[in-house]
Amino acid sequence: MTTVELPTYKPKDFASEQEVRWCPGCGDYAILAAVRKVLADMSAPKENYVFVSGIGCSSRFPYYMGTYGLHSIHGRAPALATGIKSTNPDLQVWIVTGDGDGLSIGGNHLLHVIRRNVDVNILLFNNRIYGLTKGQYSPTSERGKKTKSSPFGSIELPMKPIAFALGAGATFVARCTDVNRGGMNHMPAVLKAAAQHKGTSFVEIYQDCNVFNHAAFFYATEKDEAAEHTVYVEHGKPMVFGKARDKGIRMNGMRPEVVSLEHISESDLLFHNEKELTVSQILAQMTHPEHPEPVGVLRNVQKPTYEGQLTFQIDSTIEKFGGEGTIEDLLYSGDTWTVSE
Amino acid sequence: MSNESESVPDHQSPAAGSSPQETLESVVIRFCGDSGDGMQLTGTQFTNTSAMFGNDIATFPDYPAEIRAPAGTLPGVSGFQVNFASNDIYTPGDTVQVLVAMNPAGLNANVADVDPGGIIIANADAFTSGNLKKAGYASNPLEDGTLSSYRVFPVPISRLCEESLADTGLGAKAIAQAKNMFTLGLVYWLYDRPMDSTIDYLNSYFGKKKNKPELAEMNVKALKAGYYLGETGELFVNRYHVPKAKLASGTYRKISGNEATALGLITASRLANSELVYCSYPITPASDILHTLCFYKHYHVKTLQLEDEIAAMCGAVGAAYAGGIAVTGTSGPGLALKSEALGLAVMAELPVVIVNVQRGGPSTGLPTKTEQADLLQAMWGRNGECPAIVLAARSPSDCFDLAIESIRLAVRYMSPVILLTDGYVANGAEPWQLPIVDQLEPIEINHASEFNYHNDELDGDGNNCYMPYLRDENESRPWAIPGTPKLEHRIGGLEKDALSGNVSYTPDNHEHMVRQRASKVNRVADSLPPTEIQGEQSGDLLIIGWGGTYGSIYSATNKLLQAGHKVGTVHLRYINPLPNDLGDIIKRFKRVAIPELNLGQLSIMIRSKYLVDAVGINKVKGKPFLVAELVEQLSALLPAPTAGSNGVKEPSAGSGKTKSQAAVAK
Repeated sequence: MTTVELPTYKPKDFASEQEVRWCPGCGDYAILAAVRKVLADMSAPKENYVFVSGIGCSSRFPYYMGTYGLHSIHGRAPALATGIKSTNPDLQVWIVTGDGDGLSIGGNHLLHVIRRNVDVNILLFNNRIYGLTKGQYSPTSERGKKTKSSPFGSIELPMKPIAFALGAGATFVARCTDVNRGGMNHMPAVLKAAAQHKGTSFVEIYQDCNVFNHAAFFYATEKDEAAEHTVYVEHGKPMVFGKARDKGIRMNGMRPEVVSLEHISESDLLFHNEKELTVSQILAQMTHPEHPEPVGVLRNVQKPTYEGQLTFQIDSTIEKFGGEGTIEDLLYSGDTWTVSE
Repeated sequence: MSNESESVPDHQSPAAGSSPQETLESVVIRFCGDSGDGMQLTGTQFTNTSAMFGNDIATFPDYPAEIRAPAGTLPGVSGFQVNFASNDIYTPGDTVQVLVAMNPAGLNANVADVDPGGIIIANADAFTSGNLKKAGYASNPLEDGTLSSYRVFPVPISRLCEESLADTGLGAKAIAQAKNMFTLGLVYWLYDRPMDSTIDYLNSYFGKKKNKPELAEMNVKALKAGYYLGETGELFVNRYHVPKAKLASGTYRKISGNEATALGLITASRLANSELVYCSYPITPASDILHTLCFYKHYHVKTLQLEDEIAAMCGAVGAAYAGGIAVTGTSGPGLALKSEALGLAVMAELPVVIVNVQRGGPSTGLPTKTEQADLLQAMWGRNGECPAIVLAARSPSDCFDLAIESIRLAVRYMSPVILLTDGYVANGAEPWQLPIVDQLEPIEINHASEFNYHNDELDGDGNNCYMPYLRDENESRPWAIPGTPKLEHRIGGLEKDALSGNVSYTPDNHEHMVRQRASKVNRVADSLPPTEIQGEQSGDLLIIGWGGTYGSIYSATNKLLQAGHKVGTVHLRYINPLPNDLGDIIKRFKRVAIPELNLGQLSIMIRSKYLVDAVGINKVKGKPFLVAELVEQLSALLPAPTAGSNGVKEPSAGSGKTKSQAAVAK
């Protein structure tokens, strides 16, 4: 009996030699540290990871990972990742994008990579602002937001990334925050679940741009706020939240409502079911300040992957033909005729 | 193989002797009718049969962008022209000797191209007052004498077809759709073609693929009914026979440019022992490449139909990064959308092939018509100094050779290669002498697997790190693919350090890298074969062509040579870089003319690079050059031929004459 030595990694093995150049205090640092740690805990060899990104602050991420990386063009990372994963399905492909890169210029590609269920992991850093271009409103900026390009307030309605992903047919949707100063950082668990999911994993990460949109998500990240304004959802468990875990979500007809657990038992609350699309869609519509915002894995189902089916069609066609085609068969087929001297 | 038990008359059968037969060297037939009349199929079948029979062929399908334009109108006319010959031909023909018009609109749109004395076969039943009006006729041209310079054969095709199929029990609509096969049968009889190949096709397509044997039977019956009408109807005084062409010995098949491109790409991936990843978005006239490739999964061909042109380009860049044979195909508007991602491939130095099947532009332009107006877009249509290798196929079968060449150059130089074809080459067909498979050169790919550089600041003797932008003897960089241990590295669209590939904004490094990328592409010229000149090696006029105009320019050059003119022709397949010897060749001629289907794009390149006062011969009608118009315009640039040199001058062997196999880079 022989044993194979599996690689064991430390987070620093996933660092590159390049100096990290985000602004001091940027939420990206925490995400980078969490991803390195999660990867060190996984079993895949380091050379099998590819980080693909577009343009924006978040998209510098691949440079700071000691893996293979491709820093591409604005919004197109999902399309590049589709090409990479289709070519070599053994690779672990991660896409790092932002609210501008992924939902504005790259909205179409994000939609279709999710729809195809390519087995990639998408981390969408949502800071509700364009950071790298120095502070214009983004597709997730709230209406009325004053920015460099909206001095009188943005006249656009923000989109909900989670609802978008669900609408595209996502098989895995989750949300977490860059930090949680209330001592409940769910990012490692969420990232690990995303990495383990076979199919497209979409993770929205609330990320603080401390230069252009500081404190946008403090309601969801700060010590006394997080527990009151977020609900951590777990499959099969009732939706309970609050610092004292004294509140819950109950359905009132078609609408979720916040109830006090003083008079209502947990069994009457909405139970999370990550396999049931309706539940995920209800969660996607819960926004601050009317509702606590859900964090954790909102949806997790299995469907055939794009590259899996691509490979299957090739393998089964080769089997049907009794082997690979030869160049001779390729060219000398159909209606041919011979001319002799 | 025919399933029919009835024997099918062919040109050797006694029945063929019932009309006197005349032998012709070549004939150009054009089938035309409504876009729903099945003219493309009719023309294709006639072509296949003629090719299999042994004629040389050249075709020109010409159809509207609308799938079904309003019936009977001029914009809805679809045409298919085929030139079949017992001699070597290079174009589908300037004019036609036979026009088959299924309706008045078809006649009106095409009659001007018929030679005086030519044959017009018209479906008389379609010449109703309503159809005449829609086609812009005040009176019926079949009856009013306006066609008196032609030999006109009005045949009640619709009625005769209906009558012959009355006992099939099929509906009127189905029967009406068989009139193209009835017509084809009639033309088969007239030009002494065997029906077997079409009967096989009908049985296989309707009988097996569509599982409608009753439709197969009906169409075969219509085909034969048309044939027998020719035999017994005494419509025509003569029958015509075009003997086999004297083609070089070998195995042939009929091939269109798009098919040849697809087969070339697959062949190249197999020669490279790698997987073809073709990323595309549907666009006319390039979609047939995708349609062809998606059947060849047992050749490890992955076809990705992506969400848009940008995604298709990006998918290909991703595929190249991951180590696949990465290709995307498109047409002009799609190439515009791909330009940013193409720039990424230039910057990251990844091997991607972009096939651009040019069509009429700008914007949506003329989707189904041909043009050569994307040359400068391919050359310079990107932000920054962004050089790519550019090749141009000159004929349908040349697409096969250049598809392989594109991939060979892409992986050797780690560079995007743009392969320009056009609607004319892509949809046109010719006999293709199949290459001997053992003689196809393997494509070498060496993915980096080891450290390639010693860095003093790092531990270890010898090479102790991987530099993704270290140059080899071709100024190319190594291609380490994800999954390779120890060679993990990051690349992207930001300017890179000349060795490590890390982001670098240093002024000197940027200038170095800009010059390096240009220099690498220019290096390709060192490996090109000597440029072939058709005709004179020096003289009064050098004609420089590129791409799909090859057949017309070749034929025009021959006519000028035969008239005693001192002309030479270079037909470029390598556009960027241009061949090293082109400058010297230009100096050997007094003048230079550049015929192109655009307003002078190659002219801009040649004039600026060689400082020569080249004269442009330009046409932008969505149609190929006619040989006659080239001869006329080129003659105007030439002195009168000198006395005594008016003998027929055949171009020497190796002068770029062979249609299929021209030399490629070494």
